[in-house]
Amino acid sequence: MSDISFVRTEMLPEQDPPASEVGFVGWMRTNLFSGWVNSIVTVLVFVFVLLLLKAILPWVFSPTLGAGSLSECREILEGMGRHGHMAGACWGVISERWEQLLFGFYPNGSDGVSADLRWRPILAFILLAIAIAPVLFADKVPSKLIWFTALFPFIYPWLHWGGSIWGPVGALLGFVIGWFVFRAVEKASSSLIGMIAGVVAAFVWWLFLSGLIMGAISSVLPIGLEPVQSRLFGGFMLSILIGVVAIACSLPLGIVLALGRQSDLLIVKAICIGFIEFIRGVPLITLLFVASTLLNIFLPPGTQFDIILRVLIMVTLFAAAYMAEVIRGGLAALPKGQYEGADSLGLDYWQAQRLIIMPQALKISIPGIVSTFIGVFKDTVLVSVIGLLDPLGLIAGIRGDANWNGIVWELYGFIALMFFVFCFSMSRYSMYLERKLQTGHH
Amino acid sequence: MTTLSDPPKEGFQLSQLIYDTRYRSMTIQIVALIGFLVLIGWLISNTAQNLADLGKEPSFRFLSEPAGYDINQRLLEYDSQDTHLRAALIGLLNTLLVAVMGCITATIIGVTVGVMRLSNNWLVSRLTAVYVEMFRNVPVLLWIVFIMAVLIETLPAPRDFRGETPTASMSLNETVAITNRGVYVPEPLFSRSLGDVHLFGNSGLRFDVSLDLIAILLVLGLGLFASNRIKKRADSIQESTGDRPTTWYLRLGVVVLPLVALLFALGFYLGYPELKGFNFRGGTHLRNSLIALWLALSLYTAAFIAEIVRAGIMAINKGQTEAAAALGLRSNRIMNLVILPQALRVIIPPLISNYLNLTKNSSLAIAVGYMDITGTLGGITLNQTGRELETLLLLMLCYLIISLSISAVMNWYNESVKLRER
Repeated sequence: MSDISFVRTEMLPEQDPPASEVGFVGWMRTNLFSGWVNSIVTVLVFVFVLLLLKAILPWVFSPTLGAGSLSECREILEGMGRHGHMAGACWGVISERWEQLLFGFYPNGSDGVSADLRWRPILAFILLAIAIAPVLFADKVPSKLIWFTALFPFIYPWLHWGGSIWGPVGALLGFVIGWFVFRAVEKASSSLIGMIAGVVAAFVWWLFLSGLIMGAISSVLPIGLEPVQSRLFGGFMLSILIGVVAIACSLPLGIVLALGRQSDLLIVKAICIGFIEFIRGVPLITLLFVASTLLNIFLPPGTQFDIILRVLIMVTLFAAAYMAEVIRGGLAALPKGQYEGADSLGLDYWQAQRLIIMPQALKISIPGIVSTFIGVFKDTVLVSVIGLLDPLGLIAGIRGDANWNGIVWELYGFIALMFFVFCFSMSRYSMYLERKLQTGHH
Repeated sequence: MTTLSDPPKEGFQLSQLIYDTRYRSMTIQIVALIGFLVLIGWLISNTAQNLADLGKEPSFRFLSEPAGYDINQRLLEYDSQDTHLRAALIGLLNTLLVAVMGCITATIIGVTVGVMRLSNNWLVSRLTAVYVEMFRNVPVLLWIVFIMAVLIETLPAPRDFRGETPTASMSLNETVAITNRGVYVPEPLFSRSLGDVHLFGNSGLRFDVSLDLIAILLVLGLGLFASNRIKKRADSIQESTGDRPTTWYLRLGVVVLPLVALLFALGFYLGYPELKGFNFRGGTHLRNSLIALWLALSLYTAAFIAEIVRAGIMAINKGQTEAAAALGLRSNRIMNLVILPQALRVIIPPLISNYLNLTKNSSLAIAVGYMDITGTLGGITLNQTGRELETLLLLMLCYLIISLSISAVMNWYNESVKLRER
């Protein structure tokens, strides 16, 4: 009997995977050419992208940064043999007007009346970065910095508008007085009475005492910056100012509204629902119309309010309603056990909110909060409709200049790019934060 | 006789209003209500005082005065002698027109892009990601004015269509003229028309309803109803015998044949735009402002809808697909019967709020001169009559009603697809 069986006694050596399955070729085979449909689609899309870039890139790369007018741009381009109205961009308008697009008509010393004051918005922007650092990167900066964040809302408008330093100090003292009254009365009676007394004390200070006392101090010690008129504000400085103030004020207001909407107190709940649904039901532009035409009518006769301040109030209310809904979503997503657990520890309502509920609810709603922020920042361009000179509002003026009459795409492109950079980085930050705060085991 | 366990009987003390949790909520509510009423009263008294100082009695009489301005894009007939009320109505219809058109196209583009973002083709998913980020991160107002500029600057002027050797020509077999003054498309006309019904006499709300349109909608509705009955019958036959009768030609015929017959009876033909003098005549003229607004709102909202659709599909557990495949379902059936019904539940609520956003964003029409309700009532009427309070109240009321009705309809739909839990 012949022995025909074969048994392998040693292992075969390990082989490399086929060259078509790894590396760049393998990646292409799985991601671009995995079947004949996919291959056709890839080729078509590739050709489309190529044609798009071929149309746009020569326009973008045009050496016209130094040109002083549109006709000069055209001469440069024709000198290079490029003709037609899409021959190339005229970047001269950006290099000449970028300061205006950033600062509007903020005094730059060119009129000979006032000095170059643009260091103030720049300083405010840098301080803004420092002030939000403890909020954005809590684990990387000293925690004492949060005190600066608390002071910042009073410094920020002051740097923009200037005037006596005692105005913002008076506003700040209102909060301090309210807090001390609250602590004193809370010790003597209950936290509810303390809260009411604190609010009343703060309002008494703001409405009646602050003006008198701070006026007296400022006549003795006149410290301040040169005041700047609101009508000189413009460009991205204005967009950022409106965006930052609206975002900063709408968050606490939104939390209060969300708590009101979730509460068992029927009347408080009804007021909050009515407010939120009203604001969310109408477009921002109608609220801006209210700011520009009606808000003065609602206030005591003779009150003259600055237009930017009126816009700030309406944008803040608008953002607060959206913020409230986002936070309500976070509150609703918390398991009921968290509320019951807080109750069983004997915490009262505010303690439970501060220590248990809010940290978790805010964490859940971070993506929503950031997208509300992005939305508010984008919506600031709407102020151009009521005549404020945000970047979009400045375009008409620039095109009215004889040198730049007929310019279109370069300005839109520049403004769009600036907004894209701001909003895109905010959304990336939100993703980073979501990952960092993720405490589950996924 | 009293027992030890009886609580001590105490009278009601004023301090209980603050310290006793049974009464405290009442106290807080009353304080809040009083505060709220005081605020409202203060605002109203200020307003009354200010208006009296300005000599403006609040009244809505201006609505019946002649408006005196023209509206170029309109769905109903209107001239400058009509009242402000009529102008507001025209504006409202324009708002609804662009909102409905925008919602439809935004949904189509958004769903397509959202599915394409999940494509396993790297180039396609990257390209759609670029589209989404580009539109989401730039203000919609900028897109509106940008697209308006594209239409005005790059399209040929009507005069380019003239002469022996025109530099531009009409598209789609000489039926559609795309110019920098707008797009002219063929309009449907009837040689044996049934005429119109005039509603509301001669008032500002007068409304002409075309009987032709009603007849067409009626026949179409009946056809769809009959087609649905045929499908139900086929379903029941399939359930009892296991064989499904072939019905597609019946279902198609029952919709198409009566419609064709009706159109023939009405003498349907298309009126083509023609170049007369310096401009096009005939056909339906879609102005640039409408097209720019419509395109910008659609593309912008579509970017948001794409993300919602993507998230909705990704939210469905992979096990669902695998289980459906294990049951022997084909891939399109898996999508229709298993994935989509579940994904819709995730998709619908944010989709509603995006439709709402689109409708509210349509108020930006004012930037390109499209006369929606913000442009008529909140724009020219406000400026001409100086009635800020009344016009803005009416304007906000209109938007509130639109918003609340959209969310009511969508919430009803949402309720009907909701998961029925035990």
